[in-house]
Amino acid sequence: MSSEHSTESIQEHIRVYLMVFGALAVLTVVTVLASYLEISTSEGIFLALIIASVKASLVAGYFMHLITEKNTIIWILILTVVFFFVMLFLPLVSYTDQVHI
Amino acid sequence: MSSASHNHDHHDEGFIRKYIFSVDHKVIGLQYGITSLLFLLFGFSLMAIMRWQLAYPDTPIPILGFLFGESGTLAPEQYNSLGAMHGTIMIFLGVVPLAVGAFGNYLVPLQIGAVDMAFPKLNAASYWSYFVGGVIMISSFFMPEGAARSGWTSYPPLSIFENGQTMWLISMIFLITSSLLGSMNIIVTIVQLRAPGLTWMRLSVFVWAQFVTSFLLVLAFPPLEAAAILQLMDRVAGTSFFLPSGLILSGEIVDVAGYGSPLLWQHLFWFLAHPEVYVLILPAMGIVAEILANNTRKPLWGFKPIVYSIIFLGFCSFIVWAHHMFLTGMGQAMSAFFQTTTMIISIPSVVILTSYFLSLWGGSIRFNTPMLFALAFLPMFGIGGLTGLPLGLAASDIYLHDTYYVIGHFHYVVAPGTIFALFAGIYYWFPKITGKKMNEMLGKLHFWPSLIFMNGIFMPMFIQGLAGVSRRLADGGVSYAHASGVLHWNEFMTTSAFLLGIAQLPFIINIIISLFSGEKAGRNPWDSTTVEWAAPSPPLPHVNFDSEISVHHTAYEYSVPDAKKDFILQTEK
Amino acid sequence: MEVPYIVEEREDTGLINSKLGIWIFLASEIMLFGGLFSAYIFLRLAAPPGDFARWASELSVPLATVNTLVLISSSVSMVMAWASLKLNDLSKYKMYMGITLLCSLIFLVIKYFEYTGKFHHDIYPSSSTFMAIYFTLTGLHGIHIIGGMIVMIYFWLPIGYKMWETQPEHFANRVEVLGLYWHFVDLVWIFLFPVLYLL
Repeated sequence: MSSEHSTESIQEHIRVYLMVFGALAVLTVVTVLASYLEISTSEGIFLALIIASVKASLVAGYFMHLITEKNTIIWILILTVVFFFVMLFLPLVSYTDQVHI
Repeated sequence: MSSASHNHDHHDEGFIRKYIFSVDHKVIGLQYGITSLLFLLFGFSLMAIMRWQLAYPDTPIPILGFLFGESGTLAPEQYNSLGAMHGTIMIFLGVVPLAVGAFGNYLVPLQIGAVDMAFPKLNAASYWSYFVGGVIMISSFFMPEGAARSGWTSYPPLSIFENGQTMWLISMIFLITSSLLGSMNIIVTIVQLRAPGLTWMRLSVFVWAQFVTSFLLVLAFPPLEAAAILQLMDRVAGTSFFLPSGLILSGEIVDVAGYGSPLLWQHLFWFLAHPEVYVLILPAMGIVAEILANNTRKPLWGFKPIVYSIIFLGFCSFIVWAHHMFLTGMGQAMSAFFQTTTMIISIPSVVILTSYFLSLWGGSIRFNTPMLFALAFLPMFGIGGLTGLPLGLAASDIYLHDTYYVIGHFHYVVAPGTIFALFAGIYYWFPKITGKKMNEMLGKLHFWPSLIFMNGIFMPMFIQGLAGVSRRLADGGVSYAHASGVLHWNEFMTTSAFLLGIAQLPFIINIIISLFSGEKAGRNPWDSTTVEWAAPSPPLPHVNFDSEISVHHTAYEYSVPDAKKDFILQTEK
Repeated sequence: MEVPYIVEEREDTGLINSKLGIWIFLASEIMLFGGLFSAYIFLRLAAPPGDFARWASELSVPLATVNTLVLISSSVSMVMAWASLKLNDLSKYKMYMGITLLCSLIFLVIKYFEYTGKFHHDIYPSSSTFMAIYFTLTGLHGIHIIGGMIVMIYFWLPIGYKMWETQPEHFANRVEVLGLYWHFVDLVWIFLFPVLYLL
């Protein structure tokens, strides 16, 4: 356990944290600017979610150390994300598929 | 929290620390057990009152009639209230806390050779959150508004305007919190605290079932919590999450923003409630597996298929929910999707049940009380499962939805299904928990009438349902012509229900007298193989075992050729 | 005998109990906020076209952008607090944890002004389904911020970091676990911000 967190490796981690911070700040500004683009609603939704996903991946991967995390946790998260998407999309599809009088 | 002096402190624990706010999983398991059994009794009584009304419509309720007003009979809202609360209490305060909170908490650490759950203090917090949720739920009966009366399913718009619902929602938040903390604890415990040598494929079916059940609870409950928050907002903050525009209540248009959707509630509710029914059945299947193997003196047939089926069942349970919503104007694509997934999910159930039946073949069967209940589970769950098939197919469901057929179907699975398995578990593990044996004669006196009267209550429900009698009718269908031919069954079902209640007396008496003067049980009175039988009876406070535990065998090594005895304890070297 | 794997990792899983525990808890939180996001999608479809966008224009993008940067900063300071502990620097830890607390407070204050600004203009959760889901999503998120702050305050005060003196690794693990929760709260906001304010 201690070898993974030697002084040098922690210093290296700190460098990465600061770079990620920079990237997140930039991406936040990009998100706001992108909202002013003249694009359709669905394109806008797609773009906003892509940028948000990149930011989220940086936070999850580096701040939450998922990049080096153990398999058990990765698999639990994959399972969760699958059900997350099921819960988000099936009701949506059922709404559009609904018999509308 | 230093580890050094941990053990010495326990001898000096006061009464409160030792029995009320204990962090010992065994004490907490018993707390869950006693509380849930009391709630089951209460939920049963609610049903008994309803059934009286159904059989004898204009007759005052005996003894308790004064609670319901001058006439002593149930007004329709009161009937609805009993119905909604019966379902809610049985599921959330009774069966799940007993199956997971009691059996899970008590036995999982013991069956994996651990000293306790991974987070003992969190475990205590889970119990007390459940307790507070239960008190809030029951106290709703005594509120001026009365208890909830919009079904355990709480569909809006009714649930937004009807009385009693706010307390139900607040109570659910406590119960869901309890469940989340508890199931997270079980998962970490099983992953991290297995004894040396206890590989995944050496785990008992009981532990596998608890493991998958806990995943269902962790991932499926939160959407209901979200939905409960939204419903609370609709009730107290004037929002219209679930209220469409132009809704008319008592002749006037409701003054809300509108553009909400009742279907949104249904989706979020059933996203939990379908996996919830697998939460109700999986621990029961786990218990039955243990008892079958033990009382046939042979290994379970198909251990690996059973384990993989449990995992597959858990996964599939998340993608079938809208089979509860076939009548909501669903389009063809969605309907086809959910029918398909529903048919697929019957496969693992059948694999498990078939494996259990096959496990009996060639066994040296011992017909003790736990085995009788476990054996009865098989055909009872079979009936419950098979009657689910016409409900999972939209074409037949259009006719059967919201009729007594549905009530018959799910009660078969949960009542002579799960509850029989839980009874079996109580008889089976009582000697380990208390160090005393239960009385066999009283056990049989409990079993046979229970089996007969369970069928007496629920089999006629299929007949009524097929005739088209709707559920949740306060008058039992008296005002409908199509029900006239089948209403006579009501008296038969009610009589069976009351006799079923009486049949529980031998059980209650048995527990009490066995606790005080039962025959002493040794470490392993059933000659069983799983790890908990290596502990003393009862297990030692906090540390459980009196020796170092390591596992060297699979879970069901009965009648191994050339072995000294007809069973090998998993911990035997 | 104690429950094992509180500080040392179990060999085959490579995990300590609290790390697995918090991730499972976070999995449940993903489903909780997911339920609300699912509600957002459903309600947006059920509303008249353009209704959500019209109501969303009542929200202040500049305030929310500031809040986004504040919360991201608090995430950085939180992970720096943990890193300081791993470098055996208690005073740096206290500084970073203090910064995290300060950022959280700023976030809540800005949220307070956002909410009261709405109420001042007679805009409440009951005003429209957009406002209903906006207040509920940000409100629940805010409750999670408050919960996190309570634990942070405990770990920032001597009563909390007393454990550092006798069990530094255990304490560092606790801070890491708190950090995981806090980053998750930041993660939720990373999605809330564009969905509610910009779409």
